[in-house]
Amino acid sequence: MKVDHEVIQTVAELSQLKIDPADLENYAQGMTQVLDLAGRMQAIDTQGVAPMSNPLDATQRLRPDVVTETNQREAFQAIAPETEDGLYLVPRVVE
Amino acid sequence: MTDFADSNWEAVIGLEIHTQLSTRSKIFSGASTQFGAAPNTQACAIDLGFPGVLPVVNQEVYRKAVAFGLGIGATIGLTSVFDRKNYFYPDLPKGYQITQLEAPIVMGGTVDITLEDSSQKTIRVTRAHLEEDAGKSLHEDFHGQTGIDLNRAGTPLLEIVSEPDMSSAEEAVAYARYIHQLVTFLGVSDGDMSQGSLRCDANVSVRPKGSTELGTRTETKNVNSFRFLERAINHEIERQIRVIESGGRVIQETRLYDPDKDETRPMRSKETATDYRYFPEPDLLPVEIDEAYIQQVREQMPELPAAKAARYVSEFELPEADARVLSSERQLASYFEQVVELSGDAKLASNWVRVELLGQLNKDGVEISDAPITPAALGTLIARIREGRISGKIAKTVFEALWSGAASDPDSYIEAEGLVQVSDSGSLEPVIDAIIAANPKQVEQLREGKGKLMGFFVGQVMKETGGKANPQQVNDLISKKLGL
Repeated sequence: MKVDHEVIQTVAELSQLKIDPADLENYAQGMTQVLDLAGRMQAIDTQGVAPMSNPLDATQRLRPDVVTETNQREAFQAIAPETEDGLYLVPRVVE
Repeated sequence: MTDFADSNWEAVIGLEIHTQLSTRSKIFSGASTQFGAAPNTQACAIDLGFPGVLPVVNQEVYRKAVAFGLGIGATIGLTSVFDRKNYFYPDLPKGYQITQLEAPIVMGGTVDITLEDSSQKTIRVTRAHLEEDAGKSLHEDFHGQTGIDLNRAGTPLLEIVSEPDMSSAEEAVAYARYIHQLVTFLGVSDGDMSQGSLRCDANVSVRPKGSTELGTRTETKNVNSFRFLERAINHEIERQIRVIESGGRVIQETRLYDPDKDETRPMRSKETATDYRYFPEPDLLPVEIDEAYIQQVREQMPELPAAKAARYVSEFELPEADARVLSSERQLASYFEQVVELSGDAKLASNWVRVELLGQLNKDGVEISDAPITPAALGTLIARIREGRISGKIAKTVFEALWSGAASDPDSYIEAEGLVQVSDSGSLEPVIDAIIAANPKQVEQLREGKGKLMGFFVGQVMKETGGKANPQQVNDLISKKLGL
């Protein structure tokens, strides 16, 4: 499958990535190769094989419903660019 | 009611209900879920998506989800898998929400709703899956910036998805109410809608009556009251009919219901369609449960509302409508059952709980958990009526005294206030004689066969004795004296 510049731009937008137009061709080629590999794998007969959600042959352990964390807001917010009244401040998001 | 019911259109409605599970800690971290804490004091490194942290699933979340599944007769996923749903928003610090896509914990199941005209309808549930809630964005008062509170991030949610089986706002509300009743009954959620514990997204489309094709649907998001749900759906149905009838086309989009303006309006959609790029969550292994676990959850489940109502009808011989009221809430049902137990009279208990107790609770805006009269006190009070120790009328006085706090125990209050019903004819006869003597005209009419006048005499005696006379006995005594 050939990936064109338009697809790269769309995917970049969804991923919130800024891509230099000069790099578009490079990404397009790389991604085409990845998809070709996926295409080859797609050809493998997987009839009767259950999808694998995790490569480890184990199941999830559950934890008891107990509060174990304490308030460490100060420590966490020390590295935040901007805070006010305990809130993290970010550029305005409009619904 | 809406006017579209008479039009040539019919509506197709499906609901997605997000229920907040009432756990102490979050779904993947040990941070507290308590409501109302200062911003970001309950958001730990896992909730904040710090590098190097790993989620661990809360076992209580599973127990509650399984209980819900059993409550709607669903298939429980013995192996369930978490997936990542990727999107960017500042209140989602990881850049993805952990949810369940391909292998949810609850699959299928049905809900039987009862409509106002007593007709019934079965609504199919597609699935219910576990996921984490996002944080909260505050858009005002931050100098043009947005404030983010991540206390809610990681709060466990059960998203319950219905099939598009509903065809009116009334049905959708009945379904949502049923789900609300079920999750609160099971203790799965506190169901407090004002705190966002139950939020509805409504998928609505319209089509010509009789058509089997589905029209283009819109999704109205985050409706947090039953009243708003009804209004939002009705507005959306009417809007879509207007759009189509004026030659337009309904666009698939996400809309927001604005209760202040009482309208739905489109949320600003991004220019590019969303693509959540789901994939299995690599930080979590599949969760496996077995039949023994499911059986254990089943055994711990309380009797559900529908079963309770049926039992009240068969065991207590209550009318179905009354049984439904009494079984509608867990605390109310438990209150009623205690009163029955203590009073030994289910019918009287039903009347007193539904009429007097619920009436007073309603009037004073008090929740049943805060009712000033305990089930023990009401049960005793009813037992005294039954034994003939006090009349129903006096019982109301005692009830009021208990409610206002003037009395704490019915028996001592009845004793102290001398409210015991007068049943010995020795003290009643002089009163009756005096009333007969004072009303010769009425006596004459009663003798002539005006049976209705008996009520007048009994009333007079009751008035004279301050309601303490036994009405049946007064009736008998008067009949005897007048030779009726």
